[in-house]
Amino acid sequence: MSGLRYVYAVCRPLGAPLQAQLTGVAGAPAKPLHHHGLVAVVSEVPERDFGEEPLRAHLEDLDWLAATARAHQGVIDALTVVTTPLPLRLATVFRDDSGVRSMIEAREDHFRETLDRLEGRVEWGVKIYAEPEQPERAARPAPKAASGRDYLRQRRQQTRASEDMWQKAEAFATRLHEELADFAEDSRLHAPQNPALSGAAGRNVLNAAYLVPRRGSEEFVELVDRAKDDVPGLRVELTGPWAAYSFAGEAPEEEA
Amino acid sequence: MTTPSRLPEPYGPSSGANLADILERVLDKGVVIAGDIRINLLDIELLTIKLRLVVASVDKAKEMGIDWWESDPALSSRARRDELARENAELRERLARLEELELEQGRARKEHARREGARREEAP
Repeated sequence: MSGLRYVYAVCRPLGAPLQAQLTGVAGAPAKPLHHHGLVAVVSEVPERDFGEEPLRAHLEDLDWLAATARAHQGVIDALTVVTTPLPLRLATVFRDDSGVRSMIEAREDHFRETLDRLEGRVEWGVKIYAEPEQPERAARPAPKAASGRDYLRQRRQQTRASEDMWQKAEAFATRLHEELADFAEDSRLHAPQNPALSGAAGRNVLNAAYLVPRRGSEEFVELVDRAKDDVPGLRVELTGPWAAYSFAGEAPEEEA
Repeated sequence: MTTPSRLPEPYGPSSGANLADILERVLDKGVVIAGDIRINLLDIELLTIKLRLVVASVDKAKEMGIDWWESDPALSSRARRDELARENAELRERLARLEELELEQGRARKEHARREGARREEAP
């Protein structure tokens, strides 16, 4: 058998069986591999795609990457329904089952600690976008400034308006983040996504992740919903529930 | 599309997320373990930079919405500062040109007036 083992996640033994036909990357079924009281969720994948050289080449192919990322996330999502998975980074690949087993053995204490810490919790993503009300750039060439003084005044007004907008956006983002972080057990601030590439209107001023107990999720969603219409020109986006990606990768006490 | 007021029960797939959200997590977050197939972490970082270069079509770019690797808030605020500095320089230059122009015009007016005066004096 020349197949490699692609590992999606590590979790506790599942209380309920995985959905019968859980398809993972490369269209391969995802299956549990039990070892030392833990479970690695694994697909057998072809060496011609997941060997070192082909994998590196594939990772630079956007379509391949997108499909693989979605398939990876699909499996994690299915796991999140039935358990609390520790999601591994995309493209974690071993030669065979025994490679996966040794990996579990080498890290079982850490896995258990992290699984305990995250048990019963999910991640919610919250982004805030600021949408400038008047397109500044369009205003610039418009009425030709009659004099240097007019020109300066126009520019000053524009600058001030946009500064006000950023201040408002920043204040709102800070306030909402404090409120959500207060409610959540833990939070992470991620780098904002670039509007030029996302095609999302406005500038991404907050991109944060919150660790929330499943029980508290409904309330968390309501908190976000309530904040949505607070300030004109600002848009709040909620994604989730995710497996606790943003909280899985670190040692428990890393952040003060 | 991306603002599901989906309630947490039952835990359906996070389908409200776009590809950017997914890539951000599966590539950048999660537990990092070196498998038997070694993909250097640096490669993954490089990959994200290359991705940006590869994103050629607008549609693709829109779908992706990714670039968490470069949009460090420090960088973007520096970009804003740079823009302010550039604008400032532009304005100073413009002001200087205007002042010069005004000075020239003033000088020309004075000169003109002086000549006019001289001509009037010469005239009987």
